[in-house]
Amino acid sequence: MKNSSNTIEIISGNEACAMAALAAGMRFYAGYPITPSSEIAEYLSSRLPQYGGVFIQMEDEIASIGAIIGASLTGVKAMTATSGPGFSLMQENIGYALMAEIPCVIVNVMRGGPSTGLPTLPSQGDVMQARWGTHGDHQIIALTPNSVRESYDMTIRAFNLSELYRTPVILLLDEIIGHVNEKMTIPAAEEYTIHQRPRPASTENYLPYKITPSGVPPMADFGTGLRYHVTGLAHDETGFPTNNPDKIQELLLRLDRKITQNSDDIIEVEEYLLEDAEIAFVAYGSAARSSRHTIKLLRDSGIKAGMLRLKTLWPFAEKQIAHYSGHIKTWFVPELNLGQIAHEVEWAVRGRVPVFKFNKINGEPINPNELHQFVKETLHV
Amino acid sequence: MFDYNYYLRTSKMPLIWCAGCGDGIVLKSLLRAIHKNGFTKDNVVMVSGIGCSSRLTGYVDFNTLHTTHGRAITYATGIKMARPDLKVIVVTGDGDATSIGGNHYIHAARRNIDLTVILFNNQIYGMTGGQVSPTTPRGKKASTAPFGSFENIFNISGLAIAAGAAFVARTTVANPVQVENYINKALQKKGFSVVEVMTPCPTTFGRRNKAGDGVDMLKWQKEHSVTIKNAETMDPAELNDSIITGIFVDIDKPECRAEYQKVIDQLKK
Ligand SMILES: Cc1ncc(C[n+]2csc(CCOP(=O)(O)OP(=O)(O)O)c2C)c(N)n1
Ligand code: SF4
Repeated sequence: MKNSSNTIEIISGNEACAMAALAAGMRFYAGYPITPSSEIAEYLSSRLPQYGGVFIQMEDEIASIGAIIGASLTGVKAMTATSGPGFSLMQENIGYALMAEIPCVIVNVMRGGPSTGLPTLPSQGDVMQARWGTHGDHQIIALTPNSVRESYDMTIRAFNLSELYRTPVILLLDEIIGHVNEKMTIPAAEEYTIHQRPRPASTENYLPYKITPSGVPPMADFGTGLRYHVTGLAHDETGFPTNNPDKIQELLLRLDRKITQNSDDIIEVEEYLLEDAEIAFVAYGSAARSSRHTIKLLRDSGIKAGMLRLKTLWPFAEKQIAHYSGHIKTWFVPELNLGQIAHEVEWAVRGRVPVFKFNKINGEPINPNELHQFVKETLHV
Repeated sequence: MFDYNYYLRTSKMPLIWCAGCGDGIVLKSLLRAIHKNGFTKDNVVMVSGIGCSSRLTGYVDFNTLHTTHGRAITYATGIKMARPDLKVIVVTGDGDATSIGGNHYIHAARRNIDLTVILFNNQIYGMTGGQVSPTTPRGKKASTAPFGSFENIFNISGLAIAAGAAFVARTTVANPVQVENYINKALQKKGFSVVEVMTPCPTTFGRRNKAGDGVDMLKWQKEHSVTIKNAETMDPAELNDSIITGIFVDIDKPECRAEYQKVIDQLKK
C-alpha cells in the first residue's frame, strides 16, 4: 500500500504527518483525543488496521505513551500525538523512553497555554517543555516543520532519528502548521531513506546497554529469544539497576554523548538569504513563515534581511548562530511565546551582536507587516 | 523438587525484600504456575511498576520490564496489542495498581485485554516507608496516618469485577498452594485476569500496627481468611476483619486484541 508513484494532494500538516508516519513504517499508534491534534489519530484509526498495524485510543496520555513504549520494545515503530495538556501528562514516561533508550515519536501540535489555554489557537509555548519537561539531565531531539510538506518529511526524519539514536523524538507542530491545507506532492518511497534501529548481530553475550563508539547500543526485540531487563532506574551495561557511581556516570554521559557527538547529523537549519544579509531572523514553525514574508518586505525597502530557520530545535543550533553572529549585525527572534528560544539565541551570540525578540501570545499568528514595522522601528529606519 | 533456579536470575540475588516479607512466597507460586502452563521463558514478558513488589521483574529470567509508578498495565497493553502471541504478566502493588495506576487498572479490565495481573496487596506503601495506601484499613496506622487511617478502602478485586475483568480471585500468602492454583487459572484465561494476593509487610505495616513479625502476620491471615462460599452465609458485620478468598469471577467474554484482529481481517477481505 506504499505510494510507488507521486500523487498530488491537498492536505493539512496533521494529515501529512499521519501519512508520513505510515511511510516511515510506523505500525503502532496509541493516543488520547485533543485539539488540535485529533486528525492524526482519526486518520490513523482507519489506515493502520489496513496495514495490519495497531491503533488504540487509550484512557489518557500517560497510558498512550506507556503503550507506545511497550509496543516499541517488541520491535515495532510506534507513535502518539497530542497537544499541550496531554504533552504535560506524558513527561514522566518521555524520561523513561530516554533512560531506557526506547525509540518512539511524540507529536505535539502546540496550542496556547498554560492549562487548557487556547485549544484551537496557535502557540509555540511548549518549546522549553519539549527541552526540559521531563526531570533530570538529558538531551532531547525536537523538530519543527514550517509547512505541510515539511510535516511529511520531518515525520519521516523523526522516526529515522529515533531509530538511529534509540531515543524518543518530539515533533513540534504549531496549530497553524497542523491545520493549514496545502498542496503537496506525496513523495514516492524511493525518494527517502528509512532507517531501522540497530539490532544485535549475534545472540552471544548480548549486552542491552553496551557502551559502543556511537553511543547507541544494539536493541533486541522483546520476545525474540534474547531475554533482558529494562528499567528506568540507573543501570549498567547489563540493564540491571546499579548504585555504582562510576556506572551511573558512565550511563548518563553516554546518553548525553550519543546526541551531542552526533549533533552535526541531527541539527538541520535552513540558511535563507543569509549570504548578503545584515540583519536576520532566527525562527521556526509558523513564525518562520511570517518571517519569510517580512524578509521580502524588508528587502523591498532596501534592508538586507535573511533567516536562520531552525528545522531541528533541539539540540540547539548554537554553532550555526555563533558562526553568523558578526556577519549578521542584528538578530531578531519572532516567536509565539514570550521569548523561550530568544534566550537560547542570546546565549549562542554571547553578546557579540544585539538580539531582539518579537513575541505574540494572544492566539494570533505573527503578521508579517507588524514584524516588518517592529524591525524598522528597532533599527530606526 | 521444583527447579526455581531455572527461572531465576540467581546472580541478581540476594533479593531486596526484607526477612518476613510475603512477596517471595508469591514469587515462588508464580514461577510454579508459569512452569505448569509450559510457557517458554522467551515467550513470557513480565512487566512491573514501582514498589517493593514491582522489583520482582529484576529477578526472573523472562523478558522483563520495570516501568514507572502505576503505569505497568499501559506498557503491557502496548506489548500485548503489538505481539498478541506473547504471554504478558503484570506484577504490581496495591498503591501501584489502584492509587496512581487506578485508571489504567479499570480500563484494562473494561477492555478485557489478555493480561494476567498479580496484585500484591500489602495494604501499605512498602517501598517508600509505609505511607497509607487505598487499601490500608480504617484505623490502621501508617507513616502518613499516624492516628490511624480515616479513609475507606478500595476492594481491589471488586473494582476489577465491576470494571469487567474475566477472571478475578483473591487469596493470601498463608496459602501458597492456592496462590499457585489461582495464578495458574488466571494464566489460562484469555482475557483480563487478576489475582489479588494478600501479603504481609512486617517492616512498615506490621511494626506500626503491632501485628508482629512475618510469621505472626501469616498466622493472622490464616485465622482471618473466609472463603467466599462461607462468607455468603455470614452476617456482613462478622466479616469486618476478614479476608474473603476465592474465585469471584471466571467468565469468557470478547477479548480486546482478538476483537481488534477481527477488524484487521475484515479489511483484508
Ligand atoms: C510518580 C511517582 N510518584 C511517587 C513515587 C514514589 N513511590 C515509589 S513506590 C511507591 C508506593 C509503592 O506502594 P505499592 O504499590 O503498594 O508497592 P509496595 O512497595 O508496597 O510493594 C511510591 C509512592 C514514584 N516512584 N513515582
Ligand atoms: S518494606 Fe515491606 S513490602 Fe517492602 S520488602 Fe520489606 S516487608 Fe516487603
